[in-house]
Amino acid sequence: MTGWRMWVPLLLFAGFLGVAGYQLSQPKNEFIESRMVGRELPYFDLRAATADRPGIASAQFRDGQPRLLNIWASWCVPCIAEAPYLERLKEQGAPIVGVAIRDRPEDVARFLERHGNPYVAIGADDLSEVQFAIGSSGVPETFVIDGEGRITYQHIGDIRESDVPVLLEQLREAGA
Amino acid sequence: MIAELGLAALWLAAALAGLQTIAGFLAVRANTPTALGALIRPAAVVQGVFAGLAFCALLYVFAITDLSVKLVASNSHALKPMVFKLSGAWGNHEGSMLLWVTVMALAGGLIAVIERRLPDRTMQATLAAQGFVAMGFYAFLLLSSNPFERLPIPAEVGMGLNPLLQDIGLAFHPPTLYFGYVGLSIAFSFAVGALLTRQVTPDFARAMRPWVLGAWVFLTVGITAGSYWAYYELGWGGWWFWDPVENASLMPWLAATALLHSASVLAARDALRVWTIMLGVVAFSMSMLGTFLVRSGILTSVHSFAVDPERGTFILLLLALYIGGALLLFALRASTISEGKRFAIASREGALVVNNVMLSAILAIVLLGTLYPLLTEAFDVRVSVGPPYFNPVGAIFVVPMLLVMAVGPLLRWRQDRFARISREMMALAAILVVALILVAVLGAVALLPLLGLALAAMLAVASFLPLRGRKLTRVPIATWGMVVAHFGIAVALFGMASESAFTEERLAALEPGGTTQVGDWAVTLDAIVPVAGPNWTAIEGQLSARLGDGAPIEMRPQSRTFWAPPQQTAESVLATRWNGQLYAVMGDAAGDGRWQVRLWWKPFVTFIWYGGLLVALGGVLAIIGRVIDDLRARNRRRRAAELGEDPAPEDRLPEDRWPEDGWPEDRAPGPPIPEESPA
Repeated sequence: MTGWRMWVPLLLFAGFLGVAGYQLSQPKNEFIESRMVGRELPYFDLRAATADRPGIASAQFRDGQPRLLNIWASWCVPCIAEAPYLERLKEQGAPIVGVAIRDRPEDVARFLERHGNPYVAIGADDLSEVQFAIGSSGVPETFVIDGEGRITYQHIGDIRESDVPVLLEQLREAGA
Repeated sequence: MIAELGLAALWLAAALAGLQTIAGFLAVRANTPTALGALIRPAAVVQGVFAGLAFCALLYVFAITDLSVKLVASNSHALKPMVFKLSGAWGNHEGSMLLWVTVMALAGGLIAVIERRLPDRTMQATLAAQGFVAMGFYAFLLLSSNPFERLPIPAEVGMGLNPLLQDIGLAFHPPTLYFGYVGLSIAFSFAVGALLTRQVTPDFARAMRPWVLGAWVFLTVGITAGSYWAYYELGWGGWWFWDPVENASLMPWLAATALLHSASVLAARDALRVWTIMLGVVAFSMSMLGTFLVRSGILTSVHSFAVDPERGTFILLLLALYIGGALLLFALRASTISEGKRFAIASREGALVVNNVMLSAILAIVLLGTLYPLLTEAFDVRVSVGPPYFNPVGAIFVVPMLLVMAVGPLLRWRQDRFARISREMMALAAILVVALILVAVLGAVALLPLLGLALAAMLAVASFLPLRGRKLTRVPIATWGMVVAHFGIAVALFGMASESAFTEERLAALEPGGTTQVGDWAVTLDAIVPVAGPNWTAIEGQLSARLGDGAPIEMRPQSRTFWAPPQQTAESVLATRWNGQLYAVMGDAAGDGRWQVRLWWKPFVTFIWYGGLLVALGGVLAIIGRVIDDLRARNRRRRAAELGEDPAPEDRLPEDRWPEDGWPEDRAPGPPIPEESPA
């Protein structure tokens, strides 16, 4: 082997270091976007997660009214953080349907008592079936559903103050 | 208190690694025996002791569930069984790193005590390199991942352990791989030491070989166990997913396999010097690279580790320092290392070179497939590389490699003619062709599994051919190791090919009482019952599986839901027969009183893991054989020295030694090759 060939491994390695270093310096998008956006809601029919709100079925979304579908759980800490902004969305006229993931009725009731109850209906998804079917991989996530039961927008993670106008705009567009 | 002692021991070990590095560096530069040089071996030993103490301290705080230690609070729970409390000590980022440096320090101490073959200077350079590698890991632990960190206020309860990880197999799976990685770090240190002092000799290869073999055995066991774990625990019915984490363990194995064979050539024939050094660096690079890929979270994987970009940066820096440094040293020094002994292409060495090139090509393919998403992501394209790439592209090199593997061990060292082994080659070719035709006629099988089945049949026979015409009691243990390992590859290949060719799958929605058919099995869902465990609840399907008119076997797969932290797992159930496994997984309710049940009949699937274990057993036999040879040679040298004689030449080169019963006619080394005069 001649001298210059001995440098090839080092050069290849330097190339790898460059790419890896660049990738590490990039903010990583951890969000897994749902492939269901733009499609119709999958079929589901969930019993009520708490005594004072009804359960929810996919058929009910086809009445012409756009809604927010909020995937949450009483054991989820970011859900506490987003509770005030859900409340604000409700005050501004957004109908919000909840799906409680792997929860117990008494925990749901306690959470709602403490952090407010912005929901018109809450279904209980004990095995995350609905959650996975609509392409959500974590809690909380919020979907915009148009009047024909189609998913038009997905928000991943807790809703922050800056997300409120975005969601309202999406909801308005879904109704148009 | 114990936690603080552990931390103190860790700092002391780090300081000793520093001493080892600096003293080693100075001693190698001085080139004469110095007082500093005499410190190096003891420093390595004491470093091992302190690292061991630190790890014991960590085990202790986990054993008593000391919730004031952050690591315990976030990874353990007072109610967990003791074995999982202890395995929790290394079932997390900080603890696993501590385990890693501990094993590395213990191994460093061990070579400091026992390795006496190499020149002093080479040994000092080796231990300096070892200390330098260890220092990086100590810095990583102490500066960014202190396992003994206390909480300001002790936690009230521990945060448990990922339920998927509460599995006895998994508790011991990562350490197995770490032992493999650490063994490769020793090989790396030997390579750097040899390169620094330009002592790339057969003795260097012999000193390095047991560590490579040991690392290789651990990696083989680790990969085999990991594959079986993924097979039964994930409940997906597959045994290899080309997941980045799996690739991260496969790549060092491929490099170690190549290194092992090239070190054998160097030890026996003093050839392939530069190539062996290169592979020594590459093998350790692959284990570091794997660690980086897994821990930095730079690639997405089914294995979610504690992912942290800061840690990723740290490992990348270590990687740049060690591997970049070693490759730079290689570039500067390698051309000054003289070429080893010559050999003809038709020779044992020639076959080993071909296999080494094939293994390296497979390694490059796996590496490229693993890193490809990283490359494309730089251009904002997200891709996932899977079996459609790895299987066919890998096969391009695996198939010729297996062919050479069948023939290579039959060739003589140095120079041979294929005509001499034409009978054996014809027989193997006949087996290959007959198997191909038989399988193709008897079943509709895809190309790759078809090739796999035929090659497995040929290789199984070929692996025993090196024994023909020899007195079996006289065959060296290391040769038995080769035979067993090669046979293991044939067995595993048969399992893989059979699984992919003949697996039958059935997804059925059954009412209690309903029956479905998979392969020759009739499976009935007798009942669905809820069951509860200590930290989970589950839906259990009570299945009875019946083969023909045989007695039914009960199978009880579960769909489990854990609540701390919330997670759902499928507890699959396997019924193992000599000729395959029936695999059952419980699915969800179909809604109308029926339940989804997923069933597979996988003929001979278990051969994959039996094969893996045979390969590892072959490695163990090779280690035993080599170590016994070394000890005998050492004793003879000592006796010769006591008598004031020069050691007999055969003690310097055990592989070249004329066997006591003489070489069988067809296995003596071929004639020497004349050195070509430079043109």
